[in-house]
Amino acid sequence: MPNLWKAGDAYIWISGLALMVTLVMIGGLLFLIATKGLGSMWPADIGRYELRDGSAYLGQLRARESVRGGDGVSGSEFRVKLKIGNRDIYGLDFKWINEGDVKSRDYPRDAVVLERHEWGDYHGYLKEIRKNGQVIPGTDPEAFSVLLGLIRDANRIHERILKIEKGEIGDINYGIEKQRLKLKGLAVRGEHNPAKEAEYRLKIKEYEGRYKTSEAKLEALYAELNRNEAVMLSAGGNEKTIPLGKIVMAHRPNSMGFVEKAGFYVKRFWGFVSDDPREANTEGGIFPAIFGTVLMVLIMSIVVMPFGIVAALYLREYARQGVMVRIVRICVNNLAGVPSIVFGVFGVGFFLYGIGGIIDSVFFKEALPSPTFGTGGILWASLTLALLTVPVVIVATEEGLAAVPRNIREGSLALGATKFETTWKVVIPSALPAILTGLILAVARATGEVAPLMITGVVKLAPDLPIDGHFPFLHLERKFMHLGFHIYDLGFQSPNAEAAKPMVFMTAFLLILIVVVLNITAIVIRNRLRKKYATSAV
Amino acid sequence: MLSGEPMERQEFRAPEINGVAPAPKAKKPEKAKPVPDPLVKVEDLSLFYGTKQALQDINMNIPRRQVTAFIGPSGCGKSTLLRCFNRLNDLIDDCRIEGEISINGKSIFNSDVDITDLRKRVGMVFQKSNPFPKSIYENVAYGARIAGIKKKSVLDDIVEKNLKRAALWDEVNDRLNDSAMGLSGGQQQRLCIARAIAVEPDVLLMDEPCSALDPIATAKIEDLVTELKNKFTIVIVTHNMQQAARVSDYTAFMYIGDIVEFDTTEKIFLNPAKKHTEDYVSGKFG
Ligand SMILES: Nc1ncnc2c1ncn2[C@@H]1O[C@H](COP(=O)(O)OP(=O)(O)O)[C@@H](O)[C@H]1O
Ligand SMILES: [Mg+2]
Repeated sequence: MPNLWKAGDAYIWISGLALMVTLVMIGGLLFLIATKGLGSMWPADIGRYELRDGSAYLGQLRARESVRGGDGVSGSEFRVKLKIGNRDIYGLDFKWINEGDVKSRDYPRDAVVLERHEWGDYHGYLKEIRKNGQVIPGTDPEAFSVLLGLIRDANRIHERILKIEKGEIGDINYGIEKQRLKLKGLAVRGEHNPAKEAEYRLKIKEYEGRYKTSEAKLEALYAELNRNEAVMLSAGGNEKTIPLGKIVMAHRPNSMGFVEKAGFYVKRFWGFVSDDPREANTEGGIFPAIFGTVLMVLIMSIVVMPFGIVAALYLREYARQGVMVRIVRICVNNLAGVPSIVFGVFGVGFFLYGIGGIIDSVFFKEALPSPTFGTGGILWASLTLALLTVPVVIVATEEGLAAVPRNIREGSLALGATKFETTWKVVIPSALPAILTGLILAVARATGEVAPLMITGVVKLAPDLPIDGHFPFLHLERKFMHLGFHIYDLGFQSPNAEAAKPMVFMTAFLLILIVVVLNITAIVIRNRLRKKYATSAV
Repeated sequence: MLSGEPMERQEFRAPEINGVAPAPKAKKPEKAKPVPDPLVKVEDLSLFYGTKQALQDINMNIPRRQVTAFIGPSGCGKSTLLRCFNRLNDLIDDCRIEGEISINGKSIFNSDVDITDLRKRVGMVFQKSNPFPKSIYENVAYGARIAGIKKKSVLDDIVEKNLKRAALWDEVNDRLNDSAMGLSGGQQQRLCIARAIAVEPDVLLMDEPCSALDPIATAKIEDLVTELKNKFTIVIVTHNMQQAARVSDYTAFMYIGDIVEFDTTEKIFLNPAKKHTEDYVSGKFG
């Protein structure tokens, strides 16, 4: 055996083993998140469970576990967790049932799952449809497709309502707010200008008039939305009338084939990615969070790159290499290890209250005392993250610069280039792959950061995206949503944690996906550059 | 000249900085050997790296449109002297220069000399080929772009002309936009020559341009040097005596920071004035 140690084989095995363990752990984590998240969206079959006590539930099997040391009365060994939906009736979406209590179980083909705007899913049977006062019985073979058509119509109306609310009414609110601020600005400046004042008031009147018309339109749409209804029967025989405007989607999982289910899955997945959240974030999509995360990372990258590169250039190329530079370098390295919440606190003190306060008092005097930039916003969150990640970029860039051979610089200088031209045209391009490596690391760190964001601008639910159609289109002062915070909010702040669990996994999955996509993009760019600037000679 | 002598002088001179010029002049009356049509004049040039003296009272004239070779054992200061001509030693922090170099009668150390301008007039090719990590085209066009030329057609002409001058055009004209890093060592060195002459310098400095190349690539570069001397004044450093004999018109033999002998190449190799030179060129030491 001693030979083995001497020859070094044992070390190879040990490091190989360590690598294996790490890979398995990473793979396992990804697998868990992906299956739990992606799996929860699959339109699973819905079972009718009839219990010995006479009650019945329509539910999807979510988990099964053995009950050790059980109560001994039921005598069962396993219990199952069902998603029974109908929160408005049962109070909870999930129910644990001992298998021993189940008298019978079947999969009725006409069991319907309704995804609703409120109260989560509904499981039941279609009793009848009330369309324009006319009644179509649920036993009609065409009834379900009629229902789907009506739901589609209702969704279209919904879209129109949203468009009016976000578009027209949003514009009106924006306009009124602007005129109001102008009025207030006159007062703040102590200007007495009745003509202007009258003009602003007139405009507000105008907007209010427009609001009336929009409101009337909305009212009509809402009436149309709720005109048609579906009458549903739950497994226990409870009847419930649901206006079609409250339904997002309907499907009958037990009578769907695999292809149909897959199509439904894609539709649902797309909805998850592209929709706004509903019901305290536990239902609906996470689009604003995706958008906020990506936008924040982009702003951070745009800020951190020039800062990091300039700092590294100064440290490596221009500063006199001495004790001072070495101290600065040590500080920069240590900065990378400061807990992120400390950066968050700094961001609040420096960006929000400091710079934001100054900006408000200079440019947004009219809006005071309500702050514009003097409160959390996507700009401040991005800047805080830029601060957090700038050491990573500096260190990577410095390494890249140090690796640029001296004779290449001399070659440029010998052609009559100035030091600046040499740096700009030869040194930086050569160091670009290393700089991008720094950016990759920075992005990876920034995307996963939550703590500093919670105090610098991320909110549970942001009413507007930071980009919209109002000038100047990019609203850096707005609060925003973030995937990392969304996970925390769903998993640990949600009133309905059990229902939100799949969402937690899905959100985590998407967050990882975004990190991976951002990284792959940067890596592809870097490899392109490497090929272009391949530094190996001969 | 004895090898111990410069050492001694070095110790004597090093602590003193200014005001010592007259003494060595008296000690060393022989001025630079006159050459027909000199372009570069070196007068009493001394160079210190910190307190260490690397060049001692160099006096020489470099003739226009001829090839001048510097030979001598490693560490004798050939590169150091060469890098004085384009003031590349300015980059070294503790390097100090005394004496005078003039090109076309104009001092290069004058405070009104624009150093980038000087380097445009005095091009350089390095020992280890150093193409920029850019395309072949961009390498050759680099100097022109620095000079502010932006027009594509002008740049195209410059690139083609100089690649042809450097005898590289035929090998690379179909892949001008490929990375220069993909070329062979000899091609890279010729690219560096093309890049240097594209600036149209008066003087072309070459610091052991063939030391990393195989014999075939070396021969190509030697042919090129002979070709280019019709247009440029070339100063080439080499520790390969045959190479100096083959390509140069004048040769300077250097030893520990001093020029032992400077004369026509023919004279240096066939009939050197000094025993030391004879020993070196005949391979008795070095
Ligand atoms: N940057 C430097 N700092 C200090 N000493 C140097 C430096 N460059 C060269 N030298 C010294 O100067 C002397 C001449 O070097 P160099 O001109 O490179 O010799 P050669 O090119 O003839 O081989 C050598 O002794 C070398 O050690
Ligand atoms: Mg040398």
